[in-house]
Amino acid sequence: MKKYMKTILVKTAPVMAGYLVLGLGFGIISEKNGYGIGWAFAMSVFIYAGSMQYVAISLLSGGASVMTAALTALMVNARHLFYGISMITPYEKAGRKKPYLIFALTDETYSLVCTGESPDGLDFQKYSFGVSLCNHIYWITGSVLGAWVGTLIPFDTKGVDFAMTALFLTVFVEQWKSTKNHIPALIGVGCSVICLLVFGSESFLIPAMITIGTLLCLGRKTIERKGNV
Amino acid sequence: MNAAYSITIIAVIAAVTALLRFLPFCIFGGKGKTPEVIIYLGRVLPFAIMGMLVVYCLKQISFVKAPFGAPEFLAGAVVVLLHNWKRNTLLSIVTGTVLYMILIQFVFV
Repeated sequence: MKKYMKTILVKTAPVMAGYLVLGLGFGIISEKNGYGIGWAFAMSVFIYAGSMQYVAISLLSGGASVMTAALTALMVNARHLFYGISMITPYEKAGRKKPYLIFALTDETYSLVCTGESPDGLDFQKYSFGVSLCNHIYWITGSVLGAWVGTLIPFDTKGVDFAMTALFLTVFVEQWKSTKNHIPALIGVGCSVICLLVFGSESFLIPAMITIGTLLCLGRKTIERKGNV
Repeated sequence: MNAAYSITIIAVIAAVTALLRFLPFCIFGGKGKTPEVIIYLGRVLPFAIMGMLVVYCLKQISFVKAPFGAPEFLAGAVVVLLHNWKRNTLLSIVTGTVLYMILIQFVFV
């Protein structure tokens, strides 16, 4: 037990830092828009998807329709489908822990468990459950703190939402350094920029995802020949 | 703020998000093999989608209106360079965000 806690804390330390900062940012923005501690807490417990929660605040304060909210969630979180796909085999024997493991599969948790292996010879199911739960707790703590102290912060918090951009950039850099095959990453950036220019900022996500998926499938041979994916 | 409306929207977002997370396990998680192309996509898509999300975050930048996205690009470049150098997620995020806040509040007002 002690061994698990130590390894999990060490492994999740970067996520703890990131989630506390991002959660804090979310809590502050949430509170500023009239959604105080209780709301921030509920969203972090039940939605538990960082970027989507930032978007949720703008949907709520803009009075978006249920349909818009559902479609936006579908698009912003579509990538989770693919996290799930790659975790089917590793999570196969998770038993009673499985529903929670699936529910709590965020970008950052995925980045820690996606190899399907646990460090120090620990049981993978127990390790990944600990990682998932710890990350969830960091996220909830950050958001509640943000909504709580948000009112007390003496300076202007305008621009704090850049934390989300910074997070994605750091993950992007990590991924870039983890492989020599940059074709998938370049396809992602290239298609998105082109679709943004063609379709505009409000409606580029769906076309971008379609072109990304198509190009990745069409270029499969080339990409796999380059290896490292 | 209308509480019933807010709860509905939050519940819908939570349900869609959970659905997306559970769906692959429901479709491909049973007996029978997962199609190879799906496994391939599971491997390469995270790289592409992260690129897409970076673009998504920068989508509001206007190139025809001052400051032409300068705060975003300056702060973004600092995040990338710093992260490439130190590989410390917290350091990169906090430095970039603080720099961005200073830029939009005091420099490019």
